[in-house]
Amino acid sequence: MGKVIKVGMADLKTARDPDVLTTLGLGSCIGIALWDPTTKIGGLAHIMLPDSTAIKNNSNIAKFADTGIVELLNQMVKLGARKSSIVAKIAGGARMFEMSGGSTIGSVGDRNAESSKETLKKLGIRLIAEDTGLNYGRTVELYCENGEFLIKAVGKPVKKI
Amino acid sequence: MADYSLEDVNNIYFDVLKEIGNIGAGNATTAIASMLQLRLDMNVPKVQLLSFPELGGAVGGEENQIVGIYLEVGSDISGSMMFLLQMESARFLVNKMMMKEGGDPNHFDEIEMSALKEVGNIIAGSYLSALASMTQLTITPSVPYLAIDMAAAILSVPAIQFGQYGDNALLIQTEFGDDVMIDGYFILLPDLESYAKILSSLGIQV
Repeated sequence: MGKVIKVGMADLKTARDPDVLTTLGLGSCIGIALWDPTTKIGGLAHIMLPDSTAIKNNSNIAKFADTGIVELLNQMVKLGARKSSIVAKIAGGARMFEMSGGSTIGSVGDRNAESSKETLKKLGIRLIAEDTGLNYGRTVELYCENGEFLIKAVGKPVKKI
Repeated sequence: MADYSLEDVNNIYFDVLKEIGNIGAGNATTAIASMLQLRLDMNVPKVQLLSFPELGGAVGGEENQIVGIYLEVGSDISGSMMFLLQMESARFLVNKMMMKEGGDPNHFDEIEMSALKEVGNIIAGSYLSALASMTQLTITPSVPYLAIDMAAAILSVPAIQFGQYGDNALLIQTEFGDDVMIDGYFILLPDLESYAKILSSLGIQV
């Protein structure tokens, strides 16, 4: 078994087989796992906000779904991954607090998930699995060896997608 | 909107925010002490400006299960505030409030959850009323919302709000208690405009 590489909030990293990429306690943020089965190169981004263009202070590209996914893809391609074979799995985007009505912060998880999917679509990357929404936090692990994406939550069995 | 971000928080602002934290937490401690009829002492709060990866791990580690109580704030300023408690501190407060002992350290039933919400309500309310009387601003909190989950997941909510303005978050840690020390964390999230309003109502140029 390889190294376990930790990805923080508003952060992204790449790795190769046999390494594992993980991010701990995703709440309303989204963990986007990209994986190329032909080279076994993987990447994981932990984005916080849907849209970099909606915000003035947007220099941290790993913070946003739109810019974060593009950057992650670029870094993987630089490592030798083949863009055409890369597939995506996403998790997170929970509604951590059951807030009344149209609170913008209440729906940010949904918007993060939506924006992540849109960005993947624009880039022509196939989304093959997702575990998003609901009201609980998730820890995720991407195994570069086989592309498995493990999801752990408090008081729930481990999920493999 | 004042052109200013949290990164510009210099020493003066920091001292002011610390003072708000101090007085707010003092008020909150007094409220809890009188409700539970305890004698509580409080340590000087620690104010930290943290990057997002640091914030996620600042309350006992990312995967540490904690209690988060979240309120929206309105009237003269808008934004939200959050109060975070370690599980054992939450269990201690709930037991004191319900005058019982023991209980599951990792789980709260429905009645205990509403007791916790009430604790959060009192703590946040007295914290905000300290801020209101210092600044002469009217500040009204919403009903409290509660979540028990991994620290990083709960902290993602304020992080996302801070994330709209910059790359740091402000966390105020207080410790109060007598024989048992309770660790509580406050995160006050005024929107940017409200930040300027708070500081200028305290006579600080922004």
